[in-house]
Amino acid sequence: MVDVPLGPAGAVAPSDLDDVELYHPHSWVTKYVFSQDAKVIAIQYAFVALSVGLIALVLSWLMRLQLGFPGVFAFIDASAYYQFITMHGMMMVVYVLTALFLGGFGNYLIPLMIGARDMVFPYVNMLSFWVYFLAVLVLVASFFAPGGPTGAGWTLYPPQAILSGTPGGQDWGIILMLSSLIIFIIGFTMGGLNYVVTVLQARARGMTLMRMPLTVWGIFTASFMALLAFPALFVGAVMMLFDRIFGTSFFVPAIVEMGQPLDRNGGSPLLFQHLFWFFGHPEVYIVALPAFGIVSDLISTHARRNIFGYRMMVWALLAIGALSFVVWAHHMYVSGMNPYFGFFFATTTLIIAVPTAIKVYNWILTLWRGNIHLTLPMLFALAFIVTFVNGGLTGLFLGNVVVDVPLSDTMFVVAHFHMVMGVAPILVIFGAIYHWYPKVTGRMLNETLGRIHFWVTFLGAYAIFFPMHYLGLMGIPRRYHDIGDMAFVPPSAHTLNAFITIVALVVGATQLLFVFNLFWSLRHGRLAGGNPWHATTLEWQTPETPPPHGNWGKTVPTVYRWAYDYSVPGADQDFLPQNQPGITSVVPGASHG
Amino acid sequence: MGSILLFLGGLAVIGTWWLSRQGLASKPWLEQGAEGALPEEAPAPPYRVGLLILLAVIGSLFALFISAYAMRMQLPDWRNLPVPRILWLNTTMLALSSLALHGAKRAAERGEMPELRAYLLAAGISALAFLSGQLLAWRQLSGDGYALAANPANAFFYILTGLHGLHLLGGLVALGRTTDKAWRETTTERLRLSVELCATYWHFLFLVWLVFLSVLTGWAGGFVDICRQWLT
Amino acid sequence: MAVALVLVLIAVGSVLFHLVSPWWWTPIASNWRYIDNTIIITFWITGAVFVAVVLFMAYCVYRFRHQAGRQAHYEPENKRLEWWLTLVTAVGVAAMLAPGLFVWRQFITVPEDATDIEVVGQQWQWSFRLPGPDGKLATSDARLISPDNPLGINKDDPKSQDDVVIEGGELHLPVGKPVKALLRSVDVIHDFYVPELRAKMDLVPGQVSYIWFTPTRTGSFDILCAELCGVGHPQMRGTLVIQEQSDYQAWLQHQAARSFARLSPAGSQSD
Repeated sequence: MVDVPLGPAGAVAPSDLDDVELYHPHSWVTKYVFSQDAKVIAIQYAFVALSVGLIALVLSWLMRLQLGFPGVFAFIDASAYYQFITMHGMMMVVYVLTALFLGGFGNYLIPLMIGARDMVFPYVNMLSFWVYFLAVLVLVASFFAPGGPTGAGWTLYPPQAILSGTPGGQDWGIILMLSSLIIFIIGFTMGGLNYVVTVLQARARGMTLMRMPLTVWGIFTASFMALLAFPALFVGAVMMLFDRIFGTSFFVPAIVEMGQPLDRNGGSPLLFQHLFWFFGHPEVYIVALPAFGIVSDLISTHARRNIFGYRMMVWALLAIGALSFVVWAHHMYVSGMNPYFGFFFATTTLIIAVPTAIKVYNWILTLWRGNIHLTLPMLFALAFIVTFVNGGLTGLFLGNVVVDVPLSDTMFVVAHFHMVMGVAPILVIFGAIYHWYPKVTGRMLNETLGRIHFWVTFLGAYAIFFPMHYLGLMGIPRRYHDIGDMAFVPPSAHTLNAFITIVALVVGATQLLFVFNLFWSLRHGRLAGGNPWHATTLEWQTPETPPPHGNWGKTVPTVYRWAYDYSVPGADQDFLPQNQPGITSVVPGASHG
Repeated sequence: MGSILLFLGGLAVIGTWWLSRQGLASKPWLEQGAEGALPEEAPAPPYRVGLLILLAVIGSLFALFISAYAMRMQLPDWRNLPVPRILWLNTTMLALSSLALHGAKRAAERGEMPELRAYLLAAGISALAFLSGQLLAWRQLSGDGYALAANPANAFFYILTGLHGLHLLGGLVALGRTTDKAWRETTTERLRLSVELCATYWHFLFLVWLVFLSVLTGWAGGFVDICRQWLT
Repeated sequence: MAVALVLVLIAVGSVLFHLVSPWWWTPIASNWRYIDNTIIITFWITGAVFVAVVLFMAYCVYRFRHQAGRQAHYEPENKRLEWWLTLVTAVGVAAMLAPGLFVWRQFITVPEDATDIEVVGQQWQWSFRLPGPDGKLATSDARLISPDNPLGINKDDPKSQDDVVIEGGELHLPVGKPVKALLRSVDVIHDFYVPELRAKMDLVPGQVSYIWFTPTRTGSFDILCAELCGVGHPQMRGTLVIQEQSDYQAWLQHQAARSFARLSPAGSQSD
């Protein structure tokens, strides 16, 4: 339950306060532990999310070892394997990607990019992180609970998820998982309210919506979607907890489990799937939209060119956000739901491809006739486009109802969503970290390590997931602990699996190099200065780097222009910061070809 | 999933209307300078906006529950449970509470402190009465053999009333703090926003309760059927 | 330069991989060649887009790389170009969607002459029920399941007399005859999946779903479960044998005799 925000009448949000009026912490604990500064909270979020990411990475190694070399590692039995895939999936989707994009980048960038001193509800913001941290603890606790974590797959489909044939189904695993999700959603609601209201109410003077960088647009839209979509998961989780603990029959029909009739009646497994995917599909875009926004800014900054078709980019973002609420059942084409739904959901799903394609075109048209600096953030942005286009296009297979029939529940699906929702957003996260690390720490990340990290990650991830599509096309189902003997699977497929595993191990190990770089450069990185990339957006114009609590020193900036005045003809340098009033340039009309 | 789509559709209409006034079709690269770019009207207090968005989230939560209710209800094992009489008394209590907060808001605007205090107390007491009444309804139902796990209709009743009650409890924490402040302050000036937010929250929870009650009594279902017949 | 080259290699390499790699779908054994054709159309369209986008990126990265004195071209937007691209995309999407929906309609419309069979999933084996001479299956209910009646068939239903039950064994079907498979599960969600048939559908406890198909060639095929159903999920296998009509009839006779012996009171004692 989120407390109703209260304050004295005419309360002024911290974002509007003068710096002297802002409450500054004095002790180490209030400054770094229970901090109310969005930037500190952002780093806390990022640190916890990246740690969870490392756990998920190790889990992916273990499952890949089993798939590549079945039977060699005896400790990865079927139970353990299903527990690994479940925890890997749920951790990555919810606790890493959602938390990192919204809690991490959202907290750091929103106030800085819109010219605010802080989030509007700093106390709630602090609570949000600690509730998230509690959710992570509960989730991780399930590794140590009797029976281990749940092995129901990250989709947690009942009745399987709460029965004894599934690891953790009749133990603590599923209970801890559902509880953790409920806690996460409560925490996220606190954070999400902050992100949305801060963008709405705390923008600096002159910062109209259409002057906001696309990063802010992306995070704003995604937060709003998350606020409305997460309740669906909340409802599903609460109802399943009741089914599991109190023996209600929301999702469990009359069934016979291992020869024993259960005392349940009439429940609907499909009801859970509807609720789950009503959250689950927007969730894909909750991860994707911030990535879209961030990558737009990376490309624009490092190609020294305004983002092409800014208005179209904003409209497309909003259209994708709205449409994503009416496509959920494309995850359920072969679920046994009313088959006539297929017509509707295939159509909406393929319609959503159009605004998404517009975004891709505008990214590459931003490169066109640009002045491309192949910096690390730019490299990651380019890699994002390749992997996102690849994963997006295979989405057209799976969204097109009848094409989905042979491909669903095969490795094709695994390859598709890893490419589009795993690799692509993670590449953006890396690019964003290389881009904003100098602002956060005042130092650049090591370039050589960064380039090794980039090439291995990009080419390796592509080599993992591109061939995997063909295993699925061949018919190998997903979530198989052991493929075993199937007449239609040639020995070469097993070789391919082993190859994928080896590449995955190498790519995973390279991420440790990145983690090392994060810590090493803290001390030894090259000093960055306030605006190393010559970027226009406000976060690069702070008087101090890293920005202190309150961000702006004495006066909050005033905004005079949009976020993309790069290479404006007639200007004396190739970028005009948003808070620079002087117009040294003649701005030509937009309409000429 | 009808009711959640209806709810989100409503939000989408509001969102579109709001966005249409934000100059989304403007060409930002042609406009320079800080003047004229932002409407100079003072922005609404963030707390008010924050509450409205929170209400959208809570609304979406309840709309989803009602969607689930409607889908589950169509399966053959569903047995409606009788509406305990006491719910009508509880409804009255919540209505009174909501009315009292409306009075409190008016009193705060007029600057009448004694009246404000009285209204706040009345609102708090009637809200507590509502919650106690809900607990009585639970006891009555479970005493009559309508156990939680016996039928999904029962389970939905307990979950939904419980969740609604929890939200009201959260509101009571805020109301308690406001009431406490009302005794420490001498003018209503610094209370106005808190009281207004409490009132909004209360009206909203009352509305949610009415919707839930209409679902429970089958009026909502009847209404939907009438609409369907009227359309076909 | 290196970056542009790598991008070109990715585009070319992906196409080459698609063309020469040995990993491709299994030869089809049902009437759903339409699905394969739709996939081929989708491969062509999406492949062209992928190659075009990546090659264009490679060109930009090479041609517009940073050099001393280069300045980016200033052009906030180009409405005409953007609308054209939108339109072309919409046409491409429609070209994939239209055949897809057309085939979907066939996929869910069962022909009149299809034979009903039943596929029952349980942790972790497949069972099947074939109608006897009357061509009809009796009703069933999970609550009727007992050791004597593993599929929960309603014995009061006169149609149950001649139903042929095959537990955990091979399913045989005649070639060239359309089949409507009624899918039912007694515990958790399973998914009836035979890669060669292309069709697949979930078995959901508490309801009956269906797919239909016409086997087009004889042979023996793996039946897999494609929906995670617990730790035994990968071991949940069955075999589908497609036979000529005469062979099938012979097999059915044999099964019916066995099924009858097993289901009669005397038979169940001797088990």
